[in-house]
Amino acid sequence: MHNRTLAQLAAALRSREVSSVELTQYCLDRIARLDDELNAFITVTAEQALMQAAAADQRIADGEASPLTGLPIAHKDIFCTAGVKTSCASKMLDNFISPYDATVVARLERAGAVMLGKTNMDEFAMGSSNETSYYGPVHNPWDHALVPGGSSGGSAAAVAARLVPGATGTDTGGSVRQPAALVGITGLKPTYGRVSRYGMIAFASSLDQAGTLTRSAADAALMLGVMAGHDERDSTSLADPVPDYAAELEQAWDGLTIGVPENFFDAGLDQNNAACVRQALGELEKLGAKLKRIELNNVHLSVPAYYVVAPAEASSNLSRFDGVRFGFRSEQQSGNLAEFYERNRGEGFGAEVKRRILTGTYVLSAGYYDAYYLQAQKVRQLISDDFARAFAEVDLVAGPTTPTPAFSLGQKSNDPIQMYLNDIYTIGANLAGLPAISVPCGFVEALPVGLQLIGPHLSETVLLRTAHQFQLATDWHQRVPAGYA
Amino acid sequence: MNSVTLDANHIRRLGELARLAIEPDEIADVATKLTDIVALVDQLQAVDTAAVKPMAHPLDRTQPLREDLVTEQDEHAVYQQNAPLVERDLYLVPKVID
Repeated sequence: MHNRTLAQLAAALRSREVSSVELTQYCLDRIARLDDELNAFITVTAEQALMQAAAADQRIADGEASPLTGLPIAHKDIFCTAGVKTSCASKMLDNFISPYDATVVARLERAGAVMLGKTNMDEFAMGSSNETSYYGPVHNPWDHALVPGGSSGGSAAAVAARLVPGATGTDTGGSVRQPAALVGITGLKPTYGRVSRYGMIAFASSLDQAGTLTRSAADAALMLGVMAGHDERDSTSLADPVPDYAAELEQAWDGLTIGVPENFFDAGLDQNNAACVRQALGELEKLGAKLKRIELNNVHLSVPAYYVVAPAEASSNLSRFDGVRFGFRSEQQSGNLAEFYERNRGEGFGAEVKRRILTGTYVLSAGYYDAYYLQAQKVRQLISDDFARAFAEVDLVAGPTTPTPAFSLGQKSNDPIQMYLNDIYTIGANLAGLPAISVPCGFVEALPVGLQLIGPHLSETVLLRTAHQFQLATDWHQRVPAGYA
Repeated sequence: MNSVTLDANHIRRLGELARLAIEPDEIADVATKLTDIVALVDQLQAVDTAAVKPMAHPLDRTQPLREDLVTEQDEHAVYQQNAPLVERDLYLVPKVID
């Protein structure tokens, strides 16, 4: 049962092979049995899930089901869920019960999806290894001594370990694609604005985008179809019509030209990873794609540009956490109001979050704005122009998702720069607002490797179709970590 | 541009600006790591961007406008359930001499 995809489980529900209550209970039992060793969940909402499942069964019986009705999913704990703890994996929000639902949560609920719980993550989505969580690190299902990637590491591990067939995530610099690659699943980051950010706790507002963690591109299409679309509560959400991604998946796929940026394969990339990705490119070529060498000359500037823009926006967004209206309040006495804020924030935030707030404060401080934030926004334009030039000649860009397979817990946690460089191949898509997907494409020493496809704005249909074709021809996405088969 | 080395005074000043208490025993480590981060982002200074306009929106879209009407209801009672301390519908902070 747990090895089936969302699409396969939807068919089982429709044929009455299994009920949503049975399926939900099955997943809850699996979480209870296996999550202690993974730490993928912060909150499990068993009672609420069984109620939603019963309602879904009724809806199926009444013939009013939509494709996701009755299917269990999990939400990254960055999405606000009414009446349920929404912590962002921070001590700051450990006691926060959201008074409302994020639009993503509301849309999936309306479609009849059943929420099993809230998944672990890097604190405020700031991290690439899931080690900055207040609730402790998530373990990689392929090897518990390794990180699952981050920041959507709980969602990624839960899907890879077959605790849940699909989950939401968010991707500000690679936080969906990078963990998807490190645990061997499919991670989709849509175009900036394709999915509403309402109720998604803000990190860097010009980069944040909600995405999906699933076991196949077909499942990503199912979830995105429900999540995407304009929301009047998020003025940056796009009004462009939402295609029927699942139906588009089956459309003819040929004559595609895929650009390969050679500088993605330079010395920073593990050579075994490179070999896997090259082999996957060969597979796409066999399927009929034309490969073309391209240049993305400014890609080396994406990490420095990101580490100005993201911390600057984070330092502003996180100024709302002051311990007055909600969130953590220090027990210590303060001599004045400033000290009161400083105590609440100093004790409520973890080390990485504090570093990013301080970095953001530094680059935005008086006299530095032009040299840092403005310069970063200009470099961001250069990076975006590189992609635009490439997309004049090619339909998609393909390369690695990460420089290496999963690394050990603790290996990079004391070296922010090494940690930041994990996102070197993923950040460009965020800076340029482009959609991108990571799909499993091989193994290095029994650890999964991801192939990343990046497309022009609003090209999700082409991305998903390409990933789907790749998955029809390969079985990397069907490999299951030992102990979870 | 040579990158700066941030010292304890820089960190304390940044902590004040960011309203963030940094424990005395954390300061040295924060200074070292922030110095590394600033060196990383200082790579941007070498890029010639004289002819480049800063990005305003990745899709070159403008923000839509709506009528200036009240659309949300007063739900302070719900919101205040998350507050550490409330009295007569007001958020309270500890008494401090300011």
